[in-house]
Amino acid sequence: MTGPATGPATVRPTTIDPEAVARAVAPLGAATRRALGDLVLSMADDEFVSGFTDSEWTGIAPVLEEDVAMSSISQDELGHARGLYELLAAILDDGRDADAIAYDRSPAQYRHAALLDHARGTWADTIARRFLYELADEARLGSIGDGFAPLSDLVGKLRREERYHRMHAVAWLRRLAEGGTEARRRLEAALAALEPDAASVFTPLAGEAELLEAGILTRPLAAAEAAWRADLTTILVPLGLDLQPQQAEARVTAPARFGVGRMSHGKAFDWLHSQFTMVRATDPQAIW
Amino acid sequence: MTAAIEPAPALTRESVLAALEEVPDPEIPNVSVVELGMIGEIEVESGDPGIRVELLPTFVGCPAIEVIRDAIAHRLEAFGRPVSVDVSFATPWSSDRISPAGREKLRRSGFAPPAWVASGRALPMLDLPPAGSSAGSALDLDAPVPCPFCGSERTSLQSAFGPTLCRMVWHCAECRQPFEAFKPV
Repeated sequence: MTGPATGPATVRPTTIDPEAVARAVAPLGAATRRALGDLVLSMADDEFVSGFTDSEWTGIAPVLEEDVAMSSISQDELGHARGLYELLAAILDDGRDADAIAYDRSPAQYRHAALLDHARGTWADTIARRFLYELADEARLGSIGDGFAPLSDLVGKLRREERYHRMHAVAWLRRLAEGGTEARRRLEAALAALEPDAASVFTPLAGEAELLEAGILTRPLAAAEAAWRADLTTILVPLGLDLQPQQAEARVTAPARFGVGRMSHGKAFDWLHSQFTMVRATDPQAIW
Repeated sequence: MTAAIEPAPALTRESVLAALEEVPDPEIPNVSVVELGMIGEIEVESGDPGIRVELLPTFVGCPAIEVIRDAIAHRLEAFGRPVSVDVSFATPWSSDRISPAGREKLRRSGFAPPAWVASGRALPMLDLPPAGSSAGSALDLDAPVPCPFCGSERTSLQSAFGPTLCRMVWHCAECRQPFEAFKPV
């Protein structure tokens, strides 16, 4: 390749065919295209931040099986993020590849949900966060229609894999809820701490109407949130656990195209960002 | 260099498939990418590209996708025609796609073949234990997975996650061996 030796290496996409994506994008109007980009960005950032946060358990999980499980789940989530960022790069077609989108933004430019904007915390914190997120992700993936085939094809595959993550999170939630006084106390504290942010995965997008019109979404995110609440109740009530997640903030503050639940990040994310951009910052040409 | 001596082989869909039977999975080299069901459509055209192969990854995050894609392209170079290997999720890979020969080779390599799941877009038939039963295995799989070493069905799931994304860890009570099984997905 020619060009300045100091610039980042451009990586060929692994999971998508940019020309096929370009053909699918062509018939979409500018507003729909922008809304599609916002949706895919929110999904990609959620999987990416979740994967990096939970990969911090590698080597220090409570038992050996969980070292393997959390490493495997995190590898899945980061792989899902790669697929979504590659798709996003082809949709935006602005010269950035997936790595540039994933690594070259300032912390304030990430659009992951507030639920995922927490430090790894204890095992109970992790299980509470993963449980709330996996059920939310399932409700969101179940809201993706056939309006944009490159996304619905990928989502069809993701749903098969995410099933295992849900089973893992639910099994551990039950284990902690029924595992004795201390385990239950820690789980209840962790759920309470996440209660204000629990529904933030369903933070509205400014372009939701366009996505519904194009069949890219089959229901509003508020309807996905209602399905998620029903799903939560089915699992939590028999365990005697009480959770009253606040409604996802409905306000979308102009000119931002995302609701506040995806707009503000704390110090824990600043630290995580410094970790996951380290290799890229040290050697922009590294391929890894 | 070889191409200068030997004429390029006849280019048909069948000859391409036969060539791909020689491309091993990098993580389980006894099994080919064809036997694992990772090959989708094969198109052979007179134009450019001459050969188009659809690659269906087992998992979206599989770190071996690039290696497999390059190995397929490299093997098909012998036909002397432009090759395009396109990763696709239009047909989602399912463990049901593994051929009978592939399943037998997995077993002989010490990996229990996956239980059957519904094909197409359906999700694996994996059930959660009823609320309140936290004892024993956290996951309940429909079909028993026979031990690849002794054939016993007195086996239990140890972890739904293993050394690679596509594998999980079981234990055989009969021969007291831990073993790996391909994840039904």
